[in-house]
Amino acid sequence: MPLELNSRPRLAPGCRLGEDNRQRVLLMPERALRLNGPSLEIVERCDGKHTVQQIILELQKIYSKAQPQKVEEDILGYLALLEKDRALDFEL
Amino acid sequence: MANEISNPLALIAELTHRCPLHCVYCSNPLELQTRANELSTEMWFRVFNEAAEAGVLQADFTGGEPLNRPDIVELVRAARSAGLYVNLITSGLPLDETKLAALVAAGLDHIQLSFQGAREETANEISGTKSHAQKLRVLDWLRQHRVAVTLNFVIHRRNIDQLAEMLAIAESSCATRIEFANVQYYGWAFANRENLLPTRAQLDQSLAFIKREQERLQGRMRIEYVVPDYYAKYPKPCMGGWGRKLMVITPSGDALPCHAAQVIPGLSFENVKARSLREIWEHSAAFQKFRGEDWMREPCRTCDRREQDFGGCRCQALLLARDAAATDPVCSLAPLRPKVDAILAGANAAPPAQLFAKPAWLYRPNPS
Repeated sequence: MPLELNSRPRLAPGCRLGEDNRQRVLLMPERALRLNGPSLEIVERCDGKHTVQQIILELQKIYSKAQPQKVEEDILGYLALLEKDRALDFEL
Repeated sequence: MANEISNPLALIAELTHRCPLHCVYCSNPLELQTRANELSTEMWFRVFNEAAEAGVLQADFTGGEPLNRPDIVELVRAARSAGLYVNLITSGLPLDETKLAALVAAGLDHIQLSFQGAREETANEISGTKSHAQKLRVLDWLRQHRVAVTLNFVIHRRNIDQLAEMLAIAESSCATRIEFANVQYYGWAFANRENLLPTRAQLDQSLAFIKREQERLQGRMRIEYVVPDYYAKYPKPCMGGWGRKLMVITPSGDALPCHAAQVIPGLSFENVKARSLREIWEHSAAFQKFRGEDWMREPCRTCDRREQDFGGCRCQALLLARDAAATDPVCSLAPLRPKVDAILAGANAAPPAQLFAKPAWLYRPNPS
């Protein structure tokens, strides 16, 4: 199933967190993405348990100084990017 | 860009040159290493640890056929324990269900299964052995495991018209990624080039197909397409730039900036038995030789694209211009581009009966 508010993203096989000079990275086939604060918060929640909606709510709490609408857009944008990279599976 | 040295990001571990396949485009050098010269298990362990310390994130196990190493499961476990992402590039031939399960349990992250065609007949012709049916069996076993799966199809004149059938194999499997990589002309492929180079009409058709399928499968399957650079306007950024991202270790332990670097005369390579990976990366003459821009001549030296393609491929410059420091002759700005155009004209002018007849291939042997 695709990216929807009630779907539960999970890192696809062969995609996992790693470390490079104490910076967290998302390792995947033939590439690696450096993760900063918010992107790491998102990827850590791609565990097949959190729904997209829950990830948004939790990050809106963590980044309470930011506009909630902006946080939601950023998260959906980042998840779409990971989906395009085939780094996510979505479960119901 | 100054000549500042970045970390190596990937280690390409050519564990052995032994291989059950005899592919006519093999990227191994014409002079193959024998088993007696291969690095020991312990030596590879040290290499993985040194690689992780030097900042390497990914280890690509390749060959030859890496599964021909009897210690392959230990090597996967050691590389993963060192903190590396472990990728196995294999023909799948020496694999059974028990071995596959052991590899995954040892921490294998990603398996790249090579295919020589979508049809048994083509695949067996190119690999010089019966191999296709076993690959389909491996693909079926992979469903049981949580590991990333890529199918690697090497593309050339005799199979470029089968892309849709190749994609169908991937779509009916658990693969999340498929690579269609046109042959690059080095090693055995350079020797067989005349019979591998696709025609322009074939290439154009393939490009339209890939574009359409990438859109259709977005989010489900990543499709990578590598064009034959003889047809490109600008050269590929070979290895992401000489000594910038990648390090190749040969079966006997020589550290190379590129798979084919041994064709370049006058370069001498350090061996991992004698020096640490970091020392080799930072100081060895071979890695310094074409690092950065100081070696460049015109038109590269002042070219706007020099930080994108780094002057192209040094080995290709040697093979086509007989000069490793020349601008890659596939570049439309290179003085020697007419030579590449003449090669393409030859491939496009020949009558179909000649172009598509089964050629007298030069097969790669299996070293003892």
